[in-house]
Amino acid sequence: MFDSVFGIHERALELRSQRMEILSRNIANADTPNFKARDLDFSKVLSETKDSQAIQATHAGHIGGSGLSRTADMVYTIPFNSSVDGNTVELSVEQAKYGRAAAEYQTTLRFLEGGMSAVRKALRGE
Amino acid sequence: MSINNIFGIAGSALNAQMVRMNATASNLANADTVASSAEEAFRAKRPVFQALLSEQQTNQGSQYVGGVKVAALLEDQTAPGQIYDPSNPKADANGIIYLSNVNEVSEMVDMMASARSYQNNVEVINTARELMMRTLDLTKV
Repeated sequence: MFDSVFGIHERALELRSQRMEILSRNIANADTPNFKARDLDFSKVLSETKDSQAIQATHAGHIGGSGLSRTADMVYTIPFNSSVDGNTVELSVEQAKYGRAAAEYQTTLRFLEGGMSAVRKALRGE
Repeated sequence: MSINNIFGIAGSALNAQMVRMNATASNLANADTVASSAEEAFRAKRPVFQALLSEQQTNQGSQYVGGVKVAALLEDQTAPGQIYDPSNPKADANGIIYLSNVNEVSEMVDMMASARSYQNNVEVINTARELMMRTLDLTKV
């Protein structure tokens, strides 16, 4: 019954936290030689997740799939400037991306909060 | 959960940067040591970072793929400086003492870069923690 309350935001929150993980990897490896910065093509992955039906759990013992194969959907970012040690992480760019990803995560949270307060209101009969 | 992984990944980076800062501290502390031969002279230590790209590469017990670890601590191969100083008790038969090959200026720059990277990762952890707390707040009535 409550499946439609959160809509796409439930999956979006999962994706957004995964993207933040990938960006944190880039920042952690800012000084690692030959490390290639990666990112998630968010809109592409989200549309795939939306279109394809996730594996259905037809038995209580089944474990649901996350619907995202992370290594397959990651893309390498192209740096503005190349560096001598082969590292393609540009710290300022990654910081900006991480900050924006955090804001987007909060946006999704806000939508979820809205859905929850709607359900709460309906239950209370306000 | 991904947010938990962020703590591990950024934590591994904090650890690696701390090793780098320790190496810098050791290099600076030994900048003025002298030796009797070129082989004995102090050589600057340089940590080599490596990304943890698969489960096999991670250290025992840590599962944080995508983090960073110190793969090796190599010695700077620059030739140490020599000074003619027969009065020094460390001087060899020709009256020459061998200095360390530490370049104080580049060590200071390296220390600043390391500190900056450390701060970046602390900031990553702060943001992740804040988002985690906000997610927990969803359950508040």
